[in-house]
Amino acid sequence: MTDDHVYLSLSDAAGEPDGEARWAYGTGFADPLLGVDAAPPSGIDPADLAAYCLMLGDDALVLSQRLIQWVTRAPELEEEVALANLGLDLLGQARRLLTRAGQLDGTGRNEDELAYWRDEFDYRNVRLVELENGDFAQCVARLLMFATAREELYRRLADHADPVLAAVAALGVKELAYHREYAQSWVLRLGDGTEHSRRRMQDALDALWPWLDELFTPHEVELRLGVDPLQLREPVLDRLAGVLGVATLSVPEAAPRAYVNGRAGRHGVHTEELGPLLAELQVVARAHPGATW
Amino acid sequence: MSGERASWPLYEVFVRPRRGLNHVHVGSLHAADDRMALLAARDLYTRRNEGVSLWVVRSDAITASSPDEQDPFFAPSGDKVYRHPTFYPIPEDVPHI
Repeated sequence: MTDDHVYLSLSDAAGEPDGEARWAYGTGFADPLLGVDAAPPSGIDPADLAAYCLMLGDDALVLSQRLIQWVTRAPELEEEVALANLGLDLLGQARRLLTRAGQLDGTGRNEDELAYWRDEFDYRNVRLVELENGDFAQCVARLLMFATAREELYRRLADHADPVLAAVAALGVKELAYHREYAQSWVLRLGDGTEHSRRRMQDALDALWPWLDELFTPHEVELRLGVDPLQLREPVLDRLAGVLGVATLSVPEAAPRAYVNGRAGRHGVHTEELGPLLAELQVVARAHPGATW
Repeated sequence: MSGERASWPLYEVFVRPRRGLNHVHVGSLHAADDRMALLAARDLYTRRNEGVSLWVVRSDAITASSPDEQDPFFAPSGDKVYRHPTFYPIPEDVPHI
């Protein structure tokens, strides 16, 4: 699965006599990683960097799959396309991050091998993103929490010493800023809406809030790389509290979800909800190994 | 429930393409308010790099000509060839006329 030919054909269209007229959509697509040096950066343990890219990539991949599950189930056609778009943004991030992980971990696995041929306990995503979709309020609550935290993280990673990770983060900031705005608009609308919508929105936040802290809990790999997620905690909580305040919702006070012997998603210890998601994600690739289309 | 949903007003969407000068009508959508319409327009009509600027406007804010008045409105301009700048030679090195 490579984008090269797609980018080329779309870029070439602009140079043809009827190039602009030929496409109903815009031309001039650009590969954000074009020309970025993919050599492992010096002074960083490639295994640690690979593990970190896998964590962030798995977060994006699993949440992408959850968002895609809204297709045909969203309350409005417009929202369905919006959620699918957000999912595709995350899928793009996941592809680049998994590719990077495969380049650095010494196994030479590509993005597909990493996505389709790892089992649940090899996935490194936080548990927040794997939880079942629930209702639309839970969908936008999770989006708001995840996008706010991930935007804050990508903003810092945009000048990371690894040029590939930095490029992925720089593009991701723009995508996540929109995800946050989309989720925020719905949290405000439902929170500061009717009595019923406000209660459903508050219930959704109460249900998901205990899973938020895992995003700020450092893993040893993150500490060695100098990207301690605990630094994100305060700015992210401030920002979320601001949105909830305007939405007339209260910040849940529930304690963070417990770890299992000090281990959670980043160590491959997941909820039982990840398994069925991966089964759906992987079944075709595993039924037809090596198939192309 | 469907009655509730059907009450979301219709909006018309205009996109300014990267290299064009004018916003062009591209379609319509349903939204509960102006901002929601703008976000939905972004998601529905610019996801393939179609544009750099968006307008949305409530469909009921548009006053349109009616098919019944097509003849008095538009037929009279059909035979006024002298309104086109075709009665003098255009120098070959002058483009974009």
